[in-house]
Amino acid sequence: MIEISNLCKSFTLHNQGGIVIPVMKTASLSVLPGECVGLVGASGAGKSTLMRMVWGNYLAAAGVIRVGGLDVARAAPREIIALRRDTLGYVSQFLRVVPRVPTLDVVAEPLRVLGVPAEMARARAADLLARLNIPQRLWSLSPTTFSGGEQQRVNIARGFAHGYPALLLDEPTASLDAANRAVVLDLIAEAKARGAAILGIFHDEGARARVCDRLVDVTGFTPKAAA
Amino acid sequence: MMTAFESSCAATTDRPLLQVQGLTKRYGARIGCADVSFDLFPGEVLGIVGESGSGKSTLLSCLAGHLTPDAGRVVFDTDQGPRDTATMAEPERRRLERTDWAFVHQNPRDGLRMGVSAGGNVGERLMAVGARHYGTIRETAIDWLGRVEIAAERIDDRPAAFSGGMQQRLQIARNLVTGPRLVFMDEPTGGLDVSVQARLLDLLRGLVREMGLSAIVVTHDLAVVRLLADRLMVMKGGHVVEQGLTDQVLDDPQHAYTQLLVSSVLQV
Repeated sequence: MIEISNLCKSFTLHNQGGIVIPVMKTASLSVLPGECVGLVGASGAGKSTLMRMVWGNYLAAAGVIRVGGLDVARAAPREIIALRRDTLGYVSQFLRVVPRVPTLDVVAEPLRVLGVPAEMARARAADLLARLNIPQRLWSLSPTTFSGGEQQRVNIARGFAHGYPALLLDEPTASLDAANRAVVLDLIAEAKARGAAILGIFHDEGARARVCDRLVDVTGFTPKAAA
Repeated sequence: MMTAFESSCAATTDRPLLQVQGLTKRYGARIGCADVSFDLFPGEVLGIVGESGSGKSTLLSCLAGHLTPDAGRVVFDTDQGPRDTATMAEPERRRLERTDWAFVHQNPRDGLRMGVSAGGNVGERLMAVGARHYGTIRETAIDWLGRVEIAAERIDDRPAAFSGGMQQRLQIARNLVTGPRLVFMDEPTGGLDVSVQARLLDLLRGLVREMGLSAIVVTHDLAVVRLLADRLMVMKGGHVVEQGLTDQVLDDPQHAYTQLLVSSVLQV
């Protein structure tokens, strides 16, 4: 479902003397439907960079990133937009929303863009928010004023609203209490059971042990320092 | 899996709503915009960013037929097939401006008739495309005022009595009431309070989704394009220096100017 081969990435900082920083060299991995692969490696090793390249907001310098048949590394913007609408979900560490939009609608939005009627989309959103213990009195408020943990749970609810065949999870259990962490791990297990291919970053070792089928250490993809 | 794959294939085979090729406008020896090319597909929102004088407003004016380009083509998919609007006869373009196109000005005063009531402002555009029944026109106007969150009892007030945010929402209602397919927006949230901006963004996103609109939004506000635009074009000195998926251009900018632009934004 997700197939990465020979992926390379460097950053060129034009306003800092044009310095080129190579960050990834010939990265390869694959995630099958129903499988969860965890990315590991020290901070700065390139876990998030790799994930962003799959999402398409970081450009690949070379290599192939196949998600459900589309090569994200070469796809046109509108192909990536279609991929994100139908096939690929992403729970990032940051919730980025239009201020003022009620939490219920923020969570229902991925379904609304797929053409699901408002009532059905909101019902699914309500179900997820309830499972993730977001008090109902908050559903009509914008999540921009919520605590960090609440925002993260809203982000997770939004990421799981549609049954994407492929999912990227960036630290989905960080800053959650035990009860909510258990809910998130259940959601991940359910997604796997319905056949989703999941690529995730989990610093929480217990979570990793519970949901990951395999681990990939991205340190192996880090270019050697030119010293 | 097939469904998702098929739909992404379908998305790549439909026809562009607007095809722009080699569009150039000079002011004497000075470049307004030079050799701009892009395709816009149905339902897409394209953001154009750049500092003052980068050529983004000139480009928008050429696209919308307010300025005549010196070179290039602006091919719009009309109901009679693709036509170059840069060379089409004036009456024909005027008809497009009343039906398939809409233009939202930065200053609502440029897009509204200030001496006419709010309902009249919305109804006028309906009448321009042939609506004649007073009751229907008024009903549609009330419906649209509601959609842009203006209370029905304000229908007979003139826009001069409205706040800046309300005027901007009225301008949007006036423009969208005829169900255009392409909306040009010049700094639609410029000059508004941040809280009013958020409200307008929410409104625009909902309308784009529900009506399947395509839009070209010129702004210098990167936060606005991140939330509104699918794709982004960065202009400098009349040239497009970078274009791509909005979050890719903002998160991993490739051109020196875009890197400078993105890193210059103050964090709150």
